[in-house]
Amino acid sequence: MPSNISIKGVSNGLLIILGQGEWSDVHQDLLSQLDQQTDFLKGAKIALDVGNRSLKAADLGKLRDEINDRDLSLWAVLSESSQTESIAKILGLATQIGKSAPENNKLDVDAKQKIGEEAQLIQKTLRSGFSLQYAGHVIVIGDVNPGAEIVASGNIIVWGRLRGLAHAGAEGDVNAVVCALDLSPTQLRISDAIAVTPKRRGKPKPEIAHLHDGQVIAETWQPKREIK
Amino acid sequence: MTGKVVTITSGKGGVGKTTATANIGAALAARGQKVVCIDADIGLRNLDVVLGLENRIVYDLVDIVEGRCRIRQSLIRDKRLNELYLIPSAQTRDKSAVSPSDMVKLCDELRSDFDWIIIDSPAGIERGFRNAIAPADLVLVITNPEISAVRDADRIIGLIESEEKGPALLVINRINQELVRKGDMLTAEDVLELLAIELLGMIPEDNSVLLSTNRGVPVVLDGKSRAGQAIRNIAYRLLGDSIPMENIGEDGGFIGRITRLIRPGGD
Repeated sequence: MPSNISIKGVSNGLLIILGQGEWSDVHQDLLSQLDQQTDFLKGAKIALDVGNRSLKAADLGKLRDEINDRDLSLWAVLSESSQTESIAKILGLATQIGKSAPENNKLDVDAKQKIGEEAQLIQKTLRSGFSLQYAGHVIVIGDVNPGAEIVASGNIIVWGRLRGLAHAGAEGDVNAVVCALDLSPTQLRISDAIAVTPKRRGKPKPEIAHLHDGQVIAETWQPKREIK
Repeated sequence: MTGKVVTITSGKGGVGKTTATANIGAALAARGQKVVCIDADIGLRNLDVVLGLENRIVYDLVDIVEGRCRIRQSLIRDKRLNELYLIPSAQTRDKSAVSPSDMVKLCDELRSDFDWIIIDSPAGIERGFRNAIAPADLVLVITNPEISAVRDADRIIGLIESEEKGPALLVINRINQELVRKGDMLTAEDVLELLAIELLGMIPEDNSVLLSTNRGVPVVLDGKSRAGQAIRNIAYRLLGDSIPMENIGEDGGFIGRITRLIRPGGD
């Protein structure tokens, strides 16, 4: 058994940690080990820690398919390399464990349309350097200053000035919205779309931003308007 | 006597922490308070220079912490003010020579002998900053009406809150009256709107600060300086005097009025 691959049980499946070595060798070792233990591993959800390797999209995609071919499912890739992380995200894989697996996200997104779902309430000024990541909605009563960031898988609501970075629908929910009494974020992201705030003249008004044809649109809040 | 520990910090460098420390300390001492200023900027010491006490240093902060001297031996008495003392920092070491708990212990020992313990924090958000705020009862955040300084102040205020040392008080330094009059500068209102903490004082840009710093004489001892007056007011507010904000500088109120005329409604 090659010593540079270790398999651990974690709360939501298995964590496979790849050690040092050439990718091609480690890749082969991993596959042969999975083949040897098919009965034991069958149907497992696998998170893969590739260390600091910078993997190409082709390599990672191929590995995912090979793993899935063996009746296993690869749902997360952990890496210190930001390139690998971003490729994993593009492939729809999680880059942190402890969060829900992507295949469950669809359910989560659907569940979010219901009343009484999870939200995080913050009642203070979020200052530069503060970072909040939350799987659900985020509600802030207070200002979000430049340099602060909020990343939520659901909607972001700021009862105050939003001037930092807000990313709603961070796990792909295109129906997510961001609203604020003063919507002037340094950058606004909804799902995969990114927008910057144009310079505004005059007094700030409550606004709501949502995705329309892949573009982030901000509209002044109309009392009778319905949120999609 | 139970001294109060005040830490002066900013995040960004060069906004006037050391000058403010020296002058607030001097202003308090001139009112008869017993004051010790501690330079926590280990490796880049300045406070001794601003106070004109550089040539009297024998022992420093690191010597106390490492047990090479007693606290009493490291205290340098000011040339002019009998109630003002300095604990200088070490120039040949770095921030890691002192830990936050060392600072807490030192300040606890000083509390019984002094009314005010004023700590000059280094710039940055790392070890030196944490050393400086660890013993603080009160934190003054000093900033300039300039976007990068304000941004850093915001970050620092957040860190102070998370260390449960808040709420910090704000001092806006180097307000250029000429530029404010033209509407080309961030106003105090702009700064306060973002930072949303209580304002303790505003100090106008004033060349007399530079001159007195170079001479090693605190500007608060110069009766004619507008900046000196502003800093005296800050010190007196710390003592509990209620001094209206408009009294800062000769035309502080005038600036405010003009600003409101030029920029109605803000934004």
